Amino acid sequence: MDSLLDGRAELRLAAAGVGWVKKLRDSAAASFAEHGLPSTRDEDWKYTNVKPIAKRQFRPAGSSDEGVNAAAVAGCAIEGLSCHRAVFVNGYFSPPLSDLSALPPGVVLDSLARTLAERPQDLSAALGRVMPAESHGFTSLNTAYLTDGAYLRVPEGVVVEHPIELLFINTAIDPAPVVQPRNLIVMEPSSSASVLERYVGVGNGSYLTNAVTELSVRANASIEHYKLQEESVQAYHVGGLFINLERDARVTSHNVAVGGAIARTDLRAVLAAEGAHCEMNGLYLGNGRQHLDNHTQIDHARPRCTSDEYYKGVLDDRARAVFHGRIVVQQDAQQTDAQQQNRNLLLSPDAEIDTKPQLEIYADDVKCSHGATVGQLDSDSLFYLRSRAIDERTARLLLTYAFANDVIGRCALKPVRERLEQTLTRKLFHARDLEELV
Amino acid sequence: MMLSIKNLHASVDGKPILRGIDLEVKAGEVHAIMGPNGSGKSTLANVLAGRENYEVTSGSVHYLGENLLELATEERACKGIFLAFQYPVEIPGVSNIYLLKAAVNARRKYQGLDELPAVEFLKLVKEKVKLVEMKEEFLHRSVNEGFSGGEKKRNEILQMAILEPRLAILDETDSGLDIDALKIVAKGVNTLRGPQRAMILVTHYQRMLDYIVPDHVHVLAHGRVVKSGDKSLALELEERGYGWIEQQAEEIAAAVTG
Repeated sequence: MDSLLDGRAELRLAAAGVGWVKKLRDSAAASFAEHGLPSTRDEDWKYTNVKPIAKRQFRPAGSSDEGVNAAAVAGCAIEGLSCHRAVFVNGYFSPPLSDLSALPPGVVLDSLARTLAERPQDLSAALGRVMPAESHGFTSLNTAYLTDGAYLRVPEGVVVEHPIELLFINTAIDPAPVVQPRNLIVMEPSSSASVLERYVGVGNGSYLTNAVTELSVRANASIEHYKLQEESVQAYHVGGLFINLERDARVTSHNVAVGGAIARTDLRAVLAAEGAHCEMNGLYLGNGRQHLDNHTQIDHARPRCTSDEYYKGVLDDRARAVFHGRIVVQQDAQQTDAQQQNRNLLLSPDAEIDTKPQLEIYADDVKCSHGATVGQLDSDSLFYLRSRAIDERTARLLLTYAFANDVIGRCALKPVRERLEQTLTRKLFHARDLEELV
Repeated sequence: MMLSIKNLHASVDGKPILRGIDLEVKAGEVHAIMGPNGSGKSTLANVLAGRENYEVTSGSVHYLGENLLELATEERACKGIFLAFQYPVEIPGVSNIYLLKAAVNARRKYQGLDELPAVEFLKLVKEKVKLVEMKEEFLHRSVNEGFSGGEKKRNEILQMAILEPRLAILDETDSGLDIDALKIVAKGVNTLRGPQRAMILVTHYQRMLDYIVPDHVHVLAHGRVVKSGDKSLALELEERGYGWIEQQAEEIAAAVTG
């Protein structure tokens, strides 16, 4: 694991001039030096063994474009999605590959590194403050290396009509790089936007993405946030998304995990003021020997907040997934409404899911429910479809598609829905799309 | 001969249900298969459609000269066999119209035909929806999800009307239907009667046969056809019940095993 900290001195120079940033990084580095990477002895990592990551040698990613060009960006694009796009190669902002020309006036979308160098005071209220004080080694590592990533601020009352895409293109050029983007999104009061945070791998080699995003949603603001993890299948991905919601703020989160050999996302939302609402949707699609882990935590800290969590997984071959959904309702959080569902479909007898709903309720006037299911395709449904001339493979695809359909359907952006439908058919059924089969 | 069943034995979960069925069905004919609960009527229907956990232990089934038992469920459907389910399956997330389109095109693909153009497909569907007196909105709902019993059965007839099978097997399509729904179902079925098509109606009650008049009636008991006749046999059963048939079957069984 020491290899992950190599080069820290060099990176530290970037923000040498700003006391609070230096302090933030130093204390994270100290925490990492003390605790290191998590192990399976840690309850939150019981089912996810990160030894394969700890054992590997990684090089710190440099800020070169590593050969990623406009054609590569176009190749990653979601068909039919017209958006403002900020591109990051191995975690570093690439102005020539980005297209931010049509951003509404007042909206700031910039490199975190440049903002740290030129206007660090813009960041001091939120950077490192949305994430929880206690966290695991990967988060500490990200903070210790804190260098570049996306800084997005939507000013008060501004509604951004077109989606904003933060496209993280990661290369697998040997030796394997470690990519550590650090993102900060601030939705000022009564603002609104859709933001896609996408992690895409080019090439088939290995690398480690260790990303952290802090999202501050101020009073009455709303955001539809998509995290689409489409890393290469040999890559490792660890990501944290930390959200703070103020009064009447709304977040709809779509957390999709498709790529990675080992992929872990920690998603935490704090409903910190009355009337806040968060909807958390998740979809994980695993095959081969993939290991996909989602840890979510929703913290109801104040009264009259609502949360609706809906995670679904489809696993084939020897894929393994973990869902841990923790909901905490604090003593003060009366009239909380918190719903949680986790449903899993196993397409193979060797696929495995560990699902753990966890409700901690300290208030007495609340409405909470949770449920978790694990199942296979229904044999009666398969027979029914086959008796209607539909071949077995298509019938299986149709039923799998139907299983995932309602969570995909929760995405407001149609091009994203279509992308996910295609991903499902390509990844799990090696077919171009459903229409080709039927 | 469209369908020729000889000495068919089948088990479900290791338990013998069919114990030597003989049946011949010609194109253009409608056969009713009646019998008390547990006589093997539904098992026969499911064996013909190819349900996997129904194991044929001996005997043969030939359909249009081919060994039916060697064909996968979907191949049977592609070759024109259709089973209207006793308990149609609910499939949340798959719309009715999607299923219909998938089914129609799967059959066309098997027959070496191009997909039906969308306009023609919609025209076909709308016409058949009228036949079974369904609202068009049902097309866009998930397959059978939240449908009433009658709506599910009408949906089966809709699928049958669109797929235009050579051999339609209706497994207790009449059970649980009120008289209005039964008339609609019967109208749908009668519209499909024709010289190229055969039908097997599996039913517990004679009532449906007032509306769909069969050419032949067979009575099953203990996994065998114990009596065959014309439509008057159904009326006799209605009058006398199944008791005397079961008694006869037991006597036959005793004679066979004794």
